[in-house]
Amino acid sequence: MGGVKLYGSPMSTCTARVLLCLEEVGAEYELVPVSTLTGEQKSPAHLARNPFGQIPALEDGDLMLFESRAISRYVLRKYQASGADLLKEENFAESALVDVWLEAEAQQYNPAIQPIIFQFFVVPKRFGVSPDQAIIDSSLEKLKKMLEVYEVRLSKSKYLAGDFFSLADLSHFPYTKYFMATPYASVFESYPHVKAWWDDITSRPAFKKVAASMHGS
Amino acid sequence: MGIKVYGLTKTTNVARVLISLEEVGADYEVVPVDFATGEHKSQSHLTRNPFGQVPAFQDDNDVMLFESRAISRYILRKYKSDLLREDDIKEAALVDVWVDVEYGQYNAPASAICYNVIVKPMHGEEVDQQVVDTNLEKLKKVLEVYEARLSQYKYLAGDFISFADLSHVPCTYYLMLTQYKSVFDSYPHVKAWWEAIMARPSIKKVFDIMSA
Repeated sequence: MGGVKLYGSPMSTCTARVLLCLEEVGAEYELVPVSTLTGEQKSPAHLARNPFGQIPALEDGDLMLFESRAISRYVLRKYQASGADLLKEENFAESALVDVWLEAEAQQYNPAIQPIIFQFFVVPKRFGVSPDQAIIDSSLEKLKKMLEVYEVRLSKSKYLAGDFFSLADLSHFPYTKYFMATPYASVFESYPHVKAWWDDITSRPAFKKVAASMHGS
Repeated sequence: MGIKVYGLTKTTNVARVLISLEEVGADYEVVPVDFATGEHKSQSHLTRNPFGQVPAFQDDNDVMLFESRAISRYILRKYKSDLLREDDIKEAALVDVWVDVEYGQYNAPASAICYNVIVKPMHGEEVDQQVVDTNLEKLKKVLEVYEARLSQYKYLAGDFISFADLSHVPCTYYLMLTQYKSVFDSYPHVKAWWEAIMARPSIKKVFDIMSA
């Protein structure tokens, strides 16, 4: 048997989040394609894995999980012996900061950046119309406010939860990677510590590997 | 010094933290933050929560946290509560799944309804019935999934109560104060689940605090 099954698409941001974790810990896994282009995520077979009809889902024996950040925690805990410690659960104060900045990613950063990605990449393909520039512009303003906070934080510590790389940093990658392929990428130039953090985390081997499959076929 | 929670107890995200504190029986102090005077954007508050929101949290050992779900995890771990199930990797994962479902699926439609029906009238603003109706349909789709889940298990993560269930309390408390509470009547397992949660002493106490 060995290994876990990840149902999703490598181009999907949330699938990429889990792929990064699997790569960081060196886990054995199989990526089982579920195509959102054909609506496969709403098929009965996939609804049995994720009742909300979304990707990814992760199967490990009789355990079926969904929600990419929850899956990520599981993967990082399960393979902790591999040496990659991205949750810091042995250290009470550090693990709390990982949780704080993972929540910040989900609750603050993501709502600001996600509409930009949706408008720029998904809307033209799915609906055949131009992106709504008003939505992009207002999201960019929100994103800048987020980046101001991040700039202050990353002036004080090398990574978000402290001077150690963690799931909190990793979780920002997928959407930011797509953002960097938009004309708005230069926004990051105004935040030198954020830019340095981004350059650092994207130099990790796991990130290079997953990035390649995100822009793939 | 002791534990300090910064914010107002009526706020859902502040109440979430109070639930964890009451569950573990910790002593704590609530320090109000006055939004009317812009205190949430003051320098002193921004050092506690750089996003200028509530809650913020401070513990004895200089731990300063924000984001209510992160604060809750910290409290539950510190006091070795079983609500995270961290002794069992599979159970802990299922707790994490349904905590994220609460934020990712349930919270948006439920709080949109509450905001329109409770908060807007308080500020003399008109209820946007279209927004309410759209979110009601979304909420029903979510409750269908919950009904199926809670037909299989007593609670969301399994046959054990967890932080995933309790994380739903603040928003649902407000939803149940509106006419839309009747939507739960169509989902008997969800209704029974809510009634079981409401019967917990810690939850009753937090309801008293929220309504004070």
